[in-house]
Amino acid sequence: MAQEFWRWKEYNWHDPNECWKNAKMLTAGVDVGSVSTQAVVMADGELCAFASMRTGSDSPDSARKAMEWALKDTDMKLEQIRYVVGTGYGRVNVPFAHRSITEIACHARGANFMYGSSVRTVLDMGGQDCKAIRCDEKGKVSAFLMNDKCAAGTGRGMEVFADLLSVPLQEIGDLSFQVEKEPPPVSSTCVVFAKTEAVGLLRKGWPKNDVLAAYCSAMAHRVYTLLERLGVEKDFGITGGIAKNSGVVKRLKNEMGLEPLTPRYDPQIAGAVGAALFGRTLALKEAPVQ
Amino acid sequence: MITVGIDMGAKTTKVAILRDGQVLARGLTPTGFDQQEAAEKALAEALGQAGLQKSDVARIFVTGVGRQQASFANGALTEVAADAKGSLLLNRDLRTVIDVGAEEGRAIKCTAEGKVADFAINEKCAAGAGSFVEAMSRALEVPLEKMGEMSLRSKNAVAMNAQCTVFAESEVVSLVHAKTPKEDIVRALHDAIANRIVSMARRVGVQETVGLIGGVAYNVGFVDALRRCLEVGSVWVPPEPEYVGAIGAAVAAAEAA
Amino acid sequence: MIANYGYKDGSGEYFIAVDTDLCNGCGDCVPRCPGGVFEIILNDYDEKVAAVTDAQRRKLKYSCAPCKPVSDRPVLPCVAACKPEAIRHSW
Repeated sequence: MAQEFWRWKEYNWHDPNECWKNAKMLTAGVDVGSVSTQAVVMADGELCAFASMRTGSDSPDSARKAMEWALKDTDMKLEQIRYVVGTGYGRVNVPFAHRSITEIACHARGANFMYGSSVRTVLDMGGQDCKAIRCDEKGKVSAFLMNDKCAAGTGRGMEVFADLLSVPLQEIGDLSFQVEKEPPPVSSTCVVFAKTEAVGLLRKGWPKNDVLAAYCSAMAHRVYTLLERLGVEKDFGITGGIAKNSGVVKRLKNEMGLEPLTPRYDPQIAGAVGAALFGRTLALKEAPVQ
Repeated sequence: MITVGIDMGAKTTKVAILRDGQVLARGLTPTGFDQQEAAEKALAEALGQAGLQKSDVARIFVTGVGRQQASFANGALTEVAADAKGSLLLNRDLRTVIDVGAEEGRAIKCTAEGKVADFAINEKCAAGAGSFVEAMSRALEVPLEKMGEMSLRSKNAVAMNAQCTVFAESEVVSLVHAKTPKEDIVRALHDAIANRIVSMARRVGVQETVGLIGGVAYNVGFVDALRRCLEVGSVWVPPEPEYVGAIGAAVAAAEAA
Repeated sequence: MIANYGYKDGSGEYFIAVDTDLCNGCGDCVPRCPGGVFEIILNDYDEKVAAVTDAQRRKLKYSCAPCKPVSDRPVLPCVAACKPEAIRHSW
């Protein structure tokens, strides 16, 4: 029943200038997340095609499908891709990958590409986990923290609330700001208890938008405490599905006192981009390109 | 002397009426969203059962998460202290008391006098309390009261990866789709929460006799899982385990002379 | 690199931090932990370092509970075993 409200756009894209045609080397990254899968193709370190779709029940199948879809409207073939790196929740399940790299390293590298070499702090909130990463100017990880135990602050946690309030996930952000006055955050970070608290608030006469605002506020704060553990250094970038939830992002920005950078591309592909870039480095190490 | 103890819990409000160390009557009502109102209702029920008036009561003590909300109370004490006093009144041999309620799990090391020597609390995370079992019963579409006996019928161990109630719900649904027998899933769930509770209990040191109180004690599957995890011969459960906190509050009220 | 393994949930924050710049991959922590929390891995940057196993990461509060009694908490065996002092617990 919750599925109805979960509808990030599934799509593919390719460079209209077909940059792969003159490329010396093509590499690819496949990020199989618990909720969505992305496949990215890069030509000499430039983005030339990608696809983003919902992860199915079978990881290897999702990886294959995403890769096919990324290549679909191009004339590239999988065999032309020199090095494929798999990452994500099911990273070990990308059968055509040459190597697996953790999502942490891939997100840092991908953020460096998407946000530029000034990015030092990256926050990724995925379907079922939440990561905070500190990196250097080359996108190498200097510190990280990942929480995939607790649903609070993850896409899944948001889904529970979207379901409770019968609000489509992608509308949560905007609706949460349509309030007369910013309400205090819900006191529970636990999604289960926050849900009970929300029911109580609705009974007391709170409008839906206020309850959304209260929950987004609590989530933003929770995520901020995770970032605090690593220490926040500017510039700051957000990746993953929840980057599209302004309800959490704007409130987080206020608490941090830091404006997140605007990404060059869809922040959901950051992991796969990083993986593709790792692929390039690894391939060059094996045999430098003439 | 007649005293009253009220346990204002997150889900239910319990009342116990005590006279000279004997429990005269009990009352219970869902807490809902008005804690004061729930307390008055449960009190009225218990008084009615005992055939008493409020004026017959010497003192009222409260415990539980909502205890600040009881304007008519003469005193208050923590849930941990109330659990210890109530448990020891019912069974003098208890040295470790485990209380699993809707929103909190507690492990208490008691002295022979009913005082708290050490305690550990698992709070604010549904996976460590009764809410976990309740959420799973909904995900499995099995009535809560049937969960316990179902788990005892399991023949196979099943691995559970999720440590969070929300993720466990999804995992359970996947297991059902994969045709895993519900008995096995339910058993795995009970083992999972029992393991969490026991891990917390070991932090205070488990000393027999071990007692289990709180609403989740009605769940025979949980009691069995707890006993196995603790590696003890038996776990003592009082006939009406959810009233022990209220009884303890009534004991404290009597002691406050 | 500081690798923080663990989680934060409603009941608290439970992280074990391994400083991979200090860690020399000696593996002394692995057998000293009664709960089998640690393993030695080759990380993404091809460094041989200690890490918390995937299986234990999500229940660290419970995995480490035996070494963290409420009273009279001893020095943690993993911390004591690590000569470069690369391991730290957040709770």
